[in-house]
Amino acid sequence: MPRRVIFDGKLLPYLLLAPQVAITLVFFFWPAGQAVYYSFFLQDAFGLRQTFVWFENYKIVLTDPLYLASAWRTAIFSTAVTGLSMASALLLAVMADRQIRGAAVYKTLLMWPYAVAPAVAAVLWLFVLHPTIGILGRSLRDLGFAWDYKLNGAQAMSLVIVAASWKQVSYNFLFFLAGLQAIQKPVIEAAAIDGAGPMRRFWSIIFPLLSPTTFFLLVVNLVYAFFDTFGTIHALTAGGPGKSTETLIYKVYVDGVVNLDLGGSSAQSVILLVVVMTLTAVQFRYIERRVHYG
Amino acid sequence: MIESRSRTAWLPHLVLALGVAVFVFPIYMALIGSTHDAGIIGRGNLPLTPGGLATENYAQAWSQGSGIRVKAPPVSRMLLNSLVMAVIVAVGKIAVSVLSAYAVVFFHFPGRMFFFWMIFVTLMLPVPVRLVSTYEIVGTLGWLNSYQGLTIPLMASATATFLFRQFYMTIPNELAEAAQIDGAGPLRFLWSFLLPLSWANIAALFVVLFIYGWNEYFWPLLITNTESMRTVVIGLERLIPRSGTEQPTWNLIMAGAMMALLPPVAVIVFLQRWFVKGLVESEK
Repeated sequence: MPRRVIFDGKLLPYLLLAPQVAITLVFFFWPAGQAVYYSFFLQDAFGLRQTFVWFENYKIVLTDPLYLASAWRTAIFSTAVTGLSMASALLLAVMADRQIRGAAVYKTLLMWPYAVAPAVAAVLWLFVLHPTIGILGRSLRDLGFAWDYKLNGAQAMSLVIVAASWKQVSYNFLFFLAGLQAIQKPVIEAAAIDGAGPMRRFWSIIFPLLSPTTFFLLVVNLVYAFFDTFGTIHALTAGGPGKSTETLIYKVYVDGVVNLDLGGSSAQSVILLVVVMTLTAVQFRYIERRVHYG
Repeated sequence: MIESRSRTAWLPHLVLALGVAVFVFPIYMALIGSTHDAGIIGRGNLPLTPGGLATENYAQAWSQGSGIRVKAPPVSRMLLNSLVMAVIVAVGKIAVSVLSAYAVVFFHFPGRMFFFWMIFVTLMLPVPVRLVSTYEIVGTLGWLNSYQGLTIPLMASATATFLFRQFYMTIPNELAEAAQIDGAGPLRFLWSFLLPLSWANIAALFVVLFIYGWNEYFWPLLITNTESMRTVVIGLERLIPRSGTEQPTWNLIMAGAMMALLPPVAVIVFLQRWFVKGLVESEK
């Protein structure tokens, strides 16, 4: 990284960095620090006095059955969204990677849902799966299935999973396709000559060679399911019915912004911080490993 | 590619067409919904073919927002807010990142790597991690319900800074030397040499960041509470009544949804090349 040509100027580099550093200090580090600070205090009901309570807030949060239920729910939701959107994307990418006519057209037709906002995707699926006006929702009821996501928590969860995955398939598709196209074709041809059928070739050669992409997408999708699906849930179910679609992010919003529980929501924020740090660290380990591949 | 084609050639087409159908289906239903009157939809009688009310519905959603009982600003106002937010956030992120990356790569000064890591660590600090205090700070600055509040706090970008840093490191030293010999100062070099070389990266990042800004949900929800400052992505949710008694104006909501998703989708479709480049590179 050191270069030979370095410009002079004692002040200029700091001035160049100033705008971004100022934003990170004021809007990132200071509030994150505040969250850590508040997480050690308990406030009275009027927000007038606060007492230092060590890890009391964490103890309350981590032993709260509602929080643990929300964590479990988040795990199910994230796994389902990641699994569903990655599996369907991989299938589509494998099909598009075969040299068929119109592959470029399919690519365009499969890429645009990435641009649809999670909340807009939620509204679209709401319109389709609404129990009384939605075309699929009504069909389900006509078939004798008691579909009503406003009353049934499991159905609400599946609706949120569908809306959140639908939007994410495009992203995974583009990365899987790029990964597939980078695989050397002679390797696959050699396997074919040795008598490996299409399924065998996929599972024994293509899928292992694709593993860096798969692993990368795994992390990205978990982060998406954790943090970026707030809009989907807020627009679709608002965490309901009951709390059956309240994920950890939704809970930190409700406790912090709606219920104004400063200490508790700060402790939750710090717990989320640990989750992001873990996921980021995992991602970076992976990047380092990929460098060794090359 | 290897098997005899005739026997299995239809399979990829079938699977891909099915995928496209699943993608298009909800959009198609929204489009149909936006061309009928609210009564037909409310009774659950929405046909599968377009109705004749497209012009009326879109015009009403555009200029008056939705319905009589649900108070909401016209979609045109919300689209303007979204556009302002998306463009300023994208341009702002790119501008501060270009400057930071330039400083980190081409200058030698105490704390260089410290500042770089400082920007980088913001990757780990999404809004939910610093929820309450960020809101307080924006409130203290008097930026609630303002374009400053919607845009400036989002302008830091670890990925854009990282991307420009990677790119600048591939610029040969000879270019900077030659520029110096010709008497170009540091700012001149940035403006006349580096920026023209960076256009492809800037365009690609702009597409990705524009979509990010347009679709951002948590931040505008937190920072705005007046109807006139809502972005379209949040405003849409507000049109759906939560109580069971109110009859939603689904036709107008769907017209709003179509208008909300058209700009970012158009950006992706028309700037496809830049989009794919930006997406793949910003995730490296």
